[in-house]
Amino acid sequence: MRITVDYDLCESNAICMAILPEVFEVREDDLLYILDEFPPEEYRSKLEEAVRRCPKQALTLED
Amino acid sequence: MRHVIVIGASLAGLAAVDGMRRSGFDGRITVVDSADSLPPDRPPLSKQVLGGTMSPESATQPMAARLDDLDIELCLGIGATSLDAASRRIALSDGSTIVADGLVIATGATPRTLPGALPGVFTLRTLEDSVAIAAELDLEPQRVVVVGAGFIGAEVAATCRSRGVEVTIVEAQDRPMQRVMPGSIGDFITTLHRDEGVDVRLGVGISSLLGSSRVAGVKLTDGTVIDADLVVAGIGVTPATGWLEGSGLELGDGVVCDETMLAAPGVVAAGDLARWPHRRYGEHLRIEQWDNAIEQGGYAGRRLVSGSAEPFAPVPWFWTDQYDCKLQLAGRVAPGDEVRVVDGSTAERRFVALFRRDAHCIGAVAVNRARHAVQMRAKLSEPLLWADALAHFGVDDR
Repeated sequence: MRITVDYDLCESNAICMAILPEVFEVREDDLLYILDEFPPEEYRSKLEEAVRRCPKQALTLED
Repeated sequence: MRHVIVIGASLAGLAAVDGMRRSGFDGRITVVDSADSLPPDRPPLSKQVLGGTMSPESATQPMAARLDDLDIELCLGIGATSLDAASRRIALSDGSTIVADGLVIATGATPRTLPGALPGVFTLRTLEDSVAIAAELDLEPQRVVVVGAGFIGAEVAATCRSRGVEVTIVEAQDRPMQRVMPGSIGDFITTLHRDEGVDVRLGVGISSLLGSSRVAGVKLTDGTVIDADLVVAGIGVTPATGWLEGSGLELGDGVVCDETMLAAPGVVAAGDLARWPHRRYGEHLRIEQWDNAIEQGGYAGRRLVSGSAEPFAPVPWFWTDQYDCKLQLAGRVAPGDEVRVVDGSTAERRFVALFRRDAHCIGAVAVNRARHAVQMRAKLSEPLLWADALAHFGVDDR
């Protein structure tokens, strides 16, 4: 499972960080950092929620 | 429950479908919408699509790409015309009727319009609206008057101004976004627009539209006349509940639900038209926001097919983009709440402000500080002492 962000779309709304701070972090520079590009299976439903609730639809989850 | 009908294929309706499927519901789901094509993602309509930086066909809802996975019968161009809630019998605009085991009501809202429609006067709700206004902007109007400084009005003004058009905002309230923002944050928005060159008129309304074959200006309630060749009204919306008159559902500025979004047995509502008692805030809320439509829609779908649920009581959150400012607000705020800037400054358009009521912090606004907005939203899910909120930002309570 791989989570990627399209930085051309991402506006650092940080919704993903609110849902799963273990994987997504918006830092002081206002950029989103993916802390774990290949996150464990236990995060699947939260990753899917982050993808669904990204206002810019900038996240992609691949198997 | 074997067959669910979802009325409305916009964000809340499709989020409800998603919620049902995630709950393991494998029955039949029919989605009807009076629009001829799948409703768009709305946030870009007043921003990127209007500004010409996103193509109209790119403004698709998050669920649009997953329609096949959701396994629905999608009936576009067909609206619901009436409902009998007790029997869950729906009459459709094509003359047919359906009886369903479960219903999701998500018909959204329709924009209020100015009296005396004229060519050149627009509201912004649909993709067609956005494309039509963008086409007018391509013709380089001399001046745009934006009526109303709520979300839509403020964003349309910012987008028009960013395209180099002269803009006047006319707002009947004393401040922009007065319904959802404390006063000093409204003042920040006023200053932001004025600094960008927008003529902001507050505390004055429109008395009439001027022009014969096409709009030529507006007359204000104080007698002032402003010439304009394009007028966009963002003066709020009305819940689209006309078809529910006589349904047996309780209506009152929306569809009145219980704490779990249930409007009647087997009937849930979600999105712009759903009014429900928020346990934490002790009042009925109806929220016209993107994130609420997704969260509430998903919740309502799960609620409908699983039969029980914790009350729906999230911390409200929204964002708006105007010029180079991304403003996010978390919490439930009243105009009289005390406001304290705890990080950055309004002058640099980068700050966090907290809102105080009595001993508690009840909300936060962040401009270009997104991480703080979402962190505060999480903290606000439980009662948050003012001193603790200040301490989070390293500020002493003095």
